[in-house]
Amino acid sequence: MADTKPKPVETLESVTIRFAGDSGDGIQLSGTQFTTATAMSGNDLSTLPDFPAEIRAPAGTLPGVSSFQIHFSSKDILTPGDEPQVLIAMNPAALKAHVKDVVSGGILILNADTFTPQNLEKAGYKSNPLEDGSLADYRVIPVPLSTLTANTLEDTALKRTHIDRCKNFFALGIMYWLYDRPLEPTLDWIQKKFQKMPEISEANSKALHAGYAFGETTELFQSHYHVGKAPIKPGKYRKITGNEATAFGLIAASQLSGRTLFYGSYPITPASDILHELAKHKNFGVKTFQAEDEIAAVGAAIGASFAGHIGVTGTSGPGVALKSEAIGLAVSTELPLIVLNIQRGGPSTGLPTKTEQADLLQAYGGRNGESPVAILAPATPSDCFDMTIQAVRIALKYMTPVVLLSDGYLANGAEPWKIPDVSSLPPLPRLNASDPDGFFPFKRDPETLARLWALPGTPGLEHRIGGLEKADITGNVSYEPENHERMVHLRAEKIQRIAREIPPTEILGPHQGKLLVVGWGSSYGAIASAAQNMQKQGLEVAAVHVRYLNPFPPDLGRILKNYEQILVPEMNLGQFLLLLRAHYLVPAVGLNKVKGQPFKVSEIENKILQMLGKKETSDGGNKSRAARANA
Amino acid sequence: MAETKAAPPALTRKDFISDQIVRWCPGCGDFAILAQTQKFLPTLNIPREKFVFISGIGCASRFPYYVDTYGFHSIHGRAPAIATGVKCANPDLSVWVVTGDGDSLSIGTNHLIHALRRNIGINILLFNNEVYGLTKGQTSPTSRMGTKTKSTPYGSIQEPMIPVSIALAAEATFVARTFDTNLDHLSEMLLRAARHKGTAFIEILQNCKVFNDGAFADITERSHREETTLTLSHGKPLIFGKEKNKGIRVRGYVPEIVEFEPGRAPPEILVHDERHPDSSLAYLLSKLYTPKFPAPIGVFRDVERPTYEELMSQQIEAVKKTRPADLQALIAGSETWQVPAQRDAEEGA
Ligand SMILES: Cc1ncc(C[n+]2csc(CCOP(=O)(O)OP(=O)(O)O)c2C)c(N)n1
Ligand code: SF4
Ligand SMILES: [Mg+2]
Repeated sequence: MADTKPKPVETLESVTIRFAGDSGDGIQLSGTQFTTATAMSGNDLSTLPDFPAEIRAPAGTLPGVSSFQIHFSSKDILTPGDEPQVLIAMNPAALKAHVKDVVSGGILILNADTFTPQNLEKAGYKSNPLEDGSLADYRVIPVPLSTLTANTLEDTALKRTHIDRCKNFFALGIMYWLYDRPLEPTLDWIQKKFQKMPEISEANSKALHAGYAFGETTELFQSHYHVGKAPIKPGKYRKITGNEATAFGLIAASQLSGRTLFYGSYPITPASDILHELAKHKNFGVKTFQAEDEIAAVGAAIGASFAGHIGVTGTSGPGVALKSEAIGLAVSTELPLIVLNIQRGGPSTGLPTKTEQADLLQAYGGRNGESPVAILAPATPSDCFDMTIQAVRIALKYMTPVVLLSDGYLANGAEPWKIPDVSSLPPLPRLNASDPDGFFPFKRDPETLARLWALPGTPGLEHRIGGLEKADITGNVSYEPENHERMVHLRAEKIQRIAREIPPTEILGPHQGKLLVVGWGSSYGAIASAAQNMQKQGLEVAAVHVRYLNPFPPDLGRILKNYEQILVPEMNLGQFLLLLRAHYLVPAVGLNKVKGQPFKVSEIENKILQMLGKKETSDGGNKSRAARANA
Repeated sequence: MAETKAAPPALTRKDFISDQIVRWCPGCGDFAILAQTQKFLPTLNIPREKFVFISGIGCASRFPYYVDTYGFHSIHGRAPAIATGVKCANPDLSVWVVTGDGDSLSIGTNHLIHALRRNIGINILLFNNEVYGLTKGQTSPTSRMGTKTKSTPYGSIQEPMIPVSIALAAEATFVARTFDTNLDHLSEMLLRAARHKGTAFIEILQNCKVFNDGAFADITERSHREETTLTLSHGKPLIFGKEKNKGIRVRGYVPEIVEFEPGRAPPEILVHDERHPDSSLAYLLSKLYTPKFPAPIGVFRDVERPTYEELMSQQIEAVKKTRPADLQALIAGSETWQVPAQRDAEEGA
């Protein structure tokens, strides 16, 4: 409570904080703990973890820097924030890598103990930024974290190296004081995590408390801050990442359909966590299979699907490349298959830990022959839950592969999630064929064009399927020209009919006007925020976010016609743009960013203002960055 | 292995013949294998709907179309992966993979090896014709040095792979070899494979009439078969020859042929032990091949190990006992907070 604290408390609406340090410094851990404490304080929040591809790049160097950004607010927010107001840098390299993103006048909390000549040199500093005036634009708060932590824990029996590892909790304690967060969630977590190592548990808790007390007593801070609760719908909440939500969506779909989930996968960043998550939940009968490669992973999923399970395979772009022949097999055999692509920067191995949206055309056309699949894309971490269930629903109902395009940003980013009541989720029925009378493996449902799903083991329905072209209805091998053309059309038409499953497109803003921003996937937050800000400025700007990329929503074409200009921001060189233009013959314009980083709200705003012939925003730093993104 | 419930009307060979025209070249060894398989399947007393034949791509891989059971003609090399998914999903099925030497030892080697080391309960029939048949005659990973094919007009310059050696190196629990014209032996091997728990691997030497005719004549030709093959039989000494006057012994680590007077085999002749837990001796036998040695025919190895699908279900059942499948609890997780319907007015500062 404010009155028990001698230092004054200022109220802020929103804050963006970035933690940065060596990947060994526990940055992701600090970030996640701060997120939990913030979620429990009732703020709305959004996070952006960012880690190096190397597990432990050389300590103190720029490539070894890991970071975690969190934006929290007493208002509804949709993005992890454009520019941090506070940077906690655990060493000079972390400062060097991130200081340029901090708003001018922002706070830099630096681990002063690490600003030694060696570390400065490793980070590529010619002179000490603490002394050379180069940080004059910021409020610099040097804190000797290592020394303070060592002093706090000097009477413990722990080794020096162990003591030093507690410094991230000391730093976290300072942040909890500075932003008025509760310590309990983290204290509980420490206790659980280090149950078997009571000394470590106690040391970490002590460091956290000491950091908090330090904030209160040090001369360095004159006041601290409070961010009020956000007007969130009442209910029970948790924080959730996209990968967690995807895994839960798969388990939910399995429960809703009464079918066993089979997940075949080969480890790859940033998809592996889905395999890890699913492997834990064998109590739901989930079968996880870590295959010898991506081809075996999808092959086994197809086999499981042939035998009646929900066959799912998860990977990232390079893995999808390997799976493409098998996905074609599932197209040809018309078996349900869910392919998760947690996209990352490409081409080739690319940027394994960075986000990108450049696999849309791969999903759309990355197979030989006319080989259409349904493509869905979640917009936020929690949306991964709903869209995954929807992907399974479509795969089963239409007997088709469905590609779900998530990405690194959704996968690892977290947001509060109002936990749905599972009894309110619609069931997911799909019948197996059982009647031998008049049975043919490629006889179709007249509505959906889905063929019958006849599981091995069913008496009287013995049949053969395969990748050779099949005769319509009988499914026997056929090289007949008319038949091939008919089958190609049937498979294409079946995918088009999935449009019936798509709910009306939600328009954020005026239903007609000067400019429409059309997005897909993880850029939702930045796009929606930008559109809202423009509307507040009285501009006729609306946004729609497309979750169904093949087929497109049936109302999309009509919506596009209602605006004078169309802007399509994407983290690629214009793949969705290409499809939109080809489908609707509209003169849409792209805003393309391929930096392995999600869009900033300001980058989209600048482009909108430019297109409307208005001035760009006054923030100089933003302007130049946005201009680069526009180039 | 699948089990029968009630006694359905006994199945016959005809029940396993599909209505599709068999499209192999006249004289192809695949015909004999197909016919023998169709004759053998009813003897298992497994209902027809419980069989699944899964193949890759190649002449051999057309096999599933011709057997009237469930079947899946998949993509080149990937049949073991697809079969793994089928077996994991329904362990009650009798799953058979039919593959060629290119299919399983070139493009699909990875899957073959991993199926074997996992010991997934499937039966793998590798039709080895030492050539790519379907693509009209290129060298294959089992083609012998110097083999002239369309892609090696001056002779192959690659050392061939020995399928049985590969299988044993992958710690396969059942490994056998037979050939297309040795019908009773083929049936016996199929039966042994069907009875085996875990992955059963059979190499079937198969003549490609069009692109590699007579590739195995040096081994399988009736006139000299007794000299050029070594029939493996558990617990029996490794003796061969028309006169039963030759045997295999090991000196150092090297096998060699000893000749003796018929009926007076010296004690150092190796005695076949297909159930030995260590695969070393079986591996040594797998290296015996024409022209220096007779090619062993029969079961190299037959040992028991838990199957992949068994272990998978055991883990699932064990976890199910300790934790209920509560979806609501799962998605809520351990750290939740309640946002009340009516909020307290925000305190100032
Ligand atoms: C991905 C892919 N690559 C190549 C082919 C062409 N192809 C079909 S069968 C085959 C080789 C078959 O040889 P083998 O497995 O020995 O079978 P056989 O025809 O001799 O029975 C090849 C290369 C293909 N179908 N798919
Ligand atoms: S090409 Fe050879 S293997 Fe293929 S069907 Fe003809 S004879 Fe048989
Ligand atoms: Mg071959």
